[in-house]
Amino acid sequence: MQREVMFAGFGGQGILLIGNILAHTAMEEGYEVAWVPSYGPEMRGGTAYCLVVISDRPIGSPIIRNPMHLVAMNHPSLEKFAPMVKPNGVVVINSSLIHIGSDRDDVDELLVPANDIANDLGSIKVANIVALGAFVARSKIVDFEVLRKCVQEQFSSKEKLIPINMAALEEGKKVAQIK
Amino acid sequence: MGKILMKGNEAIGEAAIRAGCLNYFAYPITPQSEVAEYLSRRMPEVGGVFLQAESEIAVGNMLFGAAGCGARVFTTSSSPGISLMSEAISYISSAQLPVVFVNIVRGGPGLGGILPSQADYFQATKGGGHGDYRLLVMAPASIQEAVEMVMTAFPLAEKYRNPVMILGDGLIGQMMEPVEFPEHLRTEPSNKDDWATNGMDTRKSSKPNLVKTLFLNAEKLEEHNVILKAKYDRMKREEVRYEPYNTDTDYQALIVSFGTMSRVCRTVIDDLKAEGFETAMIRPQTLFPFPEEPIKQAALKESCKVIISIELNMGQMVEDVERSVQGGRPVHWYGKAGGDVPTPEEIIDVIKSFVS
Repeated sequence: MQREVMFAGFGGQGILLIGNILAHTAMEEGYEVAWVPSYGPEMRGGTAYCLVVISDRPIGSPIIRNPMHLVAMNHPSLEKFAPMVKPNGVVVINSSLIHIGSDRDDVDELLVPANDIANDLGSIKVANIVALGAFVARSKIVDFEVLRKCVQEQFSSKEKLIPINMAALEEGKKVAQIK
Repeated sequence: MGKILMKGNEAIGEAAIRAGCLNYFAYPITPQSEVAEYLSRRMPEVGGVFLQAESEIAVGNMLFGAAGCGARVFTTSSSPGISLMSEAISYISSAQLPVVFVNIVRGGPGLGGILPSQADYFQATKGGGHGDYRLLVMAPASIQEAVEMVMTAFPLAEKYRNPVMILGDGLIGQMMEPVEFPEHLRTEPSNKDDWATNGMDTRKSSKPNLVKTLFLNAEKLEEHNVILKAKYDRMKREEVRYEPYNTDTDYQALIVSFGTMSRVCRTVIDDLKAEGFETAMIRPQTLFPFPEEPIKQAALKESCKVIISIELNMGQMVEDVERSVQGGRPVHWYGKAGGDVPTPEEIIDVIKSFVS
């Protein structure tokens, strides 16, 4: 079984990082993974996106037009990628910045005010981790406990950032559990 | 050491260090700049040399000089940068020196674009620089394979005293996949006393080694070219590498594809198999020497109706596929050159149109 997740937003929102953390978590669980970034001629402040492919067998084409899931951190990326998500996928919408829906009735839409939650925790920079926590909790694509370990590992060289990132992960999970 | 998640470009840099290469000269260019970024940090840690040259032309000649002294040396670049190095590649080939080149190919011609491309197939396999020379060319389809090929490239370059080129693309360079590195660290080129200008005292020899490419005497130049040809012929006998996929079935179509494009083709073959339609692939891992005989054998299988060379360019490898099949079956080409990698769905339609 192969699953794909598109993470998309502005450059600077930590999009590539949360894709990296998810890929790392899936690898720790023993899956085959590929992390494919957008590296085209992007402008500063333009869109940044990456695709994470998780599979239980060797990954063939890592270039996927229709991902199973989407985490959209800004308005343009939701508009661009929501129509491409496969039916029954999870679509996480950063509702702090996006005031529209996915316009799809065949996906599991999850509104996460990631920027507001991050601000309440003390730093807007952890909005990406809030969204990641919400996405993993809802999609159950990887084990949440392994995810916690990988987030910790990610910030192991900047230990003072670990508590706020762990809190962001838990807050995201809470949002995902309210249906 | 377990698996780590690593970007292709960084893994290529690490693989070179693990292969015992401590000299890296380069000039940055997208989509391979992370190799230089990584090695600017890593080379000083292992006591190696990271040198950003003033241009790719300078890089090529620095490689020539360092290799001539017997240093294990490599560079990475992308298409326009390799064009600038091509003069030096011709000289290095003639002087019979081991150097490893990595080309993370971008679309062309000219400045082109930075997205995945295989437009430098001809440049890598047929020359690019002047004169009658060949490079041993390998093309990885995953980050793990890129690591293995880089680590194999150095001993091969030294075995043949010939440049080896790894042909990747933007996806191989930019993508992250889990990789495992062999622990083994190699040291000095083992046969270098036979050719390196490292000092007669150093190697306790009374015979000077000479690095030269000028042979004004017709007989001497002929003799030199015959020696080079003998090496290329030996490569053809001993170094052909390829991966067959689904070839034990009664396939109706045979795909020939390498690198990133071959991964999409593997998905195509799996998807078509699920429909009950068998196709197969020969994936060349060495582009020179080209797996002529395996392709011919696979093409001539009773059930096989067509051969399709699928490439990220406007039809280059297809010429070698035609040469291999030698008219035994119809050979077609399909590809794209702008940077959009064809999807499995697109290729499935193409295969069906050729088979029906």
